Amino acid sequence: MIKMTGLSRTFQGKSGTVEALRDINLDVGNGEFLAVIGRSGCGKSTLLRIIAGLIRPSRGEVLVAGDPVERPRRDVAMVFQRPALLPWRSVRNNVLLPVEIFRWPRAQHREHADRLLEMTGLSAFADRLPHELSGGMQQRVSLCRALIQRPKVLLMDEPFSALDALTREELAVELQRIHMELGTTVVFVTHSIQEAVLLADRVAVLSARPGRLRKLVNVAIPRPRSFGHNAHLEDVAAASAELHQLLLNEHMPATSATS
Amino acid sequence: MTDKTTDAGLRRVWVNAGLPALGTLLALAIWWLITIAFSIEPFWLPAPPDVVEAFQRLSGHLAEQAGVTLIETVAGFAIGSTAGAAVAVLFAASRTIERMTMPLIAAVNAVPKAALAPLLIVWIGLNIHAKIVMVVLLCFFPVLVSTMAGLTSVPNDLRELANSLSSSWWQTFLKVRLTWALPQVFVGLKVASSLAIIGAVIGELTNPDRGLGSVVVSSSQSADTPLAFAALTLLAIMGASLFYLVTGLERVLVPWARAISS
Repeated sequence: MIKMTGLSRTFQGKSGTVEALRDINLDVGNGEFLAVIGRSGCGKSTLLRIIAGLIRPSRGEVLVAGDPVERPRRDVAMVFQRPALLPWRSVRNNVLLPVEIFRWPRAQHREHADRLLEMTGLSAFADRLPHELSGGMQQRVSLCRALIQRPKVLLMDEPFSALDALTREELAVELQRIHMELGTTVVFVTHSIQEAVLLADRVAVLSARPGRLRKLVNVAIPRPRSFGHNAHLEDVAAASAELHQLLLNEHMPATSATS
Repeated sequence: MTDKTTDAGLRRVWVNAGLPALGTLLALAIWWLITIAFSIEPFWLPAPPDVVEAFQRLSGHLAEQAGVTLIETVAGFAIGSTAGAAVAVLFAASRTIERMTMPLIAAVNAVPKAALAPLLIVWIGLNIHAKIVMVVLLCFFPVLVSTMAGLTSVPNDLRELANSLSSSWWQTFLKVRLTWALPQVFVGLKVASSLAIIGAVIGELTNPDRGLGSVVVSSSQSADTPLAFAALTLLAIMGASLFYLVTGLERVLVPWARAISS
């Protein structure tokens, strides 16, 4: 579904040139859940914005569904770190914002919006304003707003990082359910190993600046997965430990990373 | 439960209406006491009853002049605010136009408006239009500046959302920026509502043919201080009413603003 070849990106800052990404080659399969993990400032958000068509790569190319990405596409939806809801619109009208901007017939999508709100447990809040909702609920609304585009690809930029720990886990489990139900291809940027292991088919580990693909880790644990006690504790522990090693031992000799 | 809600309701009435009324009465009482305690002549500082007497003596005249001032104020406020907001939208649309004209507008705004009043009479004449233009000049700038601030204060995450949806300039403007700017626009409108009365009075002091400003001029010439106070009281009531009218409109139009600013 997504094919990245030789992606690099440099930024001209005040203090000189900053190399954010270097030579990223990565394919994401149809319906795959790819987590991108790395330390702060490793260029994971830049990578996501390149796939979204919000910024252009300095070198290389991204294909989505076979077409090169030159601008934002309607079948690629984004969820940001903050909910980015319009404070004067009801929950339902926030979800319908992309429909209005795409000039799709609103009446046809209203039902879809209500279905998405039901799926995320927000039916009772459809006519409320965003500030009446908790942070976790607001982020659910922003997920519904992304899903109303019926995206082929869902790009998520640390979507749960601004939430408290329990809400974060709750939403991660919910996202897993939604992904299993809809089968959308997801690229999920995070710095939480826990989230990556719960959600991803594969985890792309990026090195610190410039961001390079350090390793692709397969997480072959059957779904649905869950936090806490479950039948695959050992697999979860092994995958988490490997990711820990990769992220922590970044500046050590390569031998120490093989555990 | 019902007792509690009625209690809360009574409390609200007391806080919102009772306390302001009590404050006003106390201020009037202190004013009155001072005039009695120091036996001040009404010529220097009239006591409240003197002012009430002036109201009764010339109620028809005062009402007519208040009407004139009210028309100048409201017309100038409406034209000036609309123009200020419209120019702000133009500036938001074109940075070139903004760069070209903003320093000029800032410089014109720095000129004390009272100094322009005689010129306005030369240009426009001894009529109500010159006074309205004075009000327009005073209301224009605060609304322009606050609207521009509002239009450019859209948070980054909303900008990025609009970009990711390939929203056109107009769509982003209408669906995001304009509404986002409203709370700021109202800040400017509140400032302008107070300045509007000042503008009308400056106009009337320069050309004292009609209006409450001319009442102040003629009453001080005839040493009728209670009448001047009556006119000033009407001006104060008019200004406060306009201010609270704008505040009320804000509560109706942008109820969400108070919620997100807290």
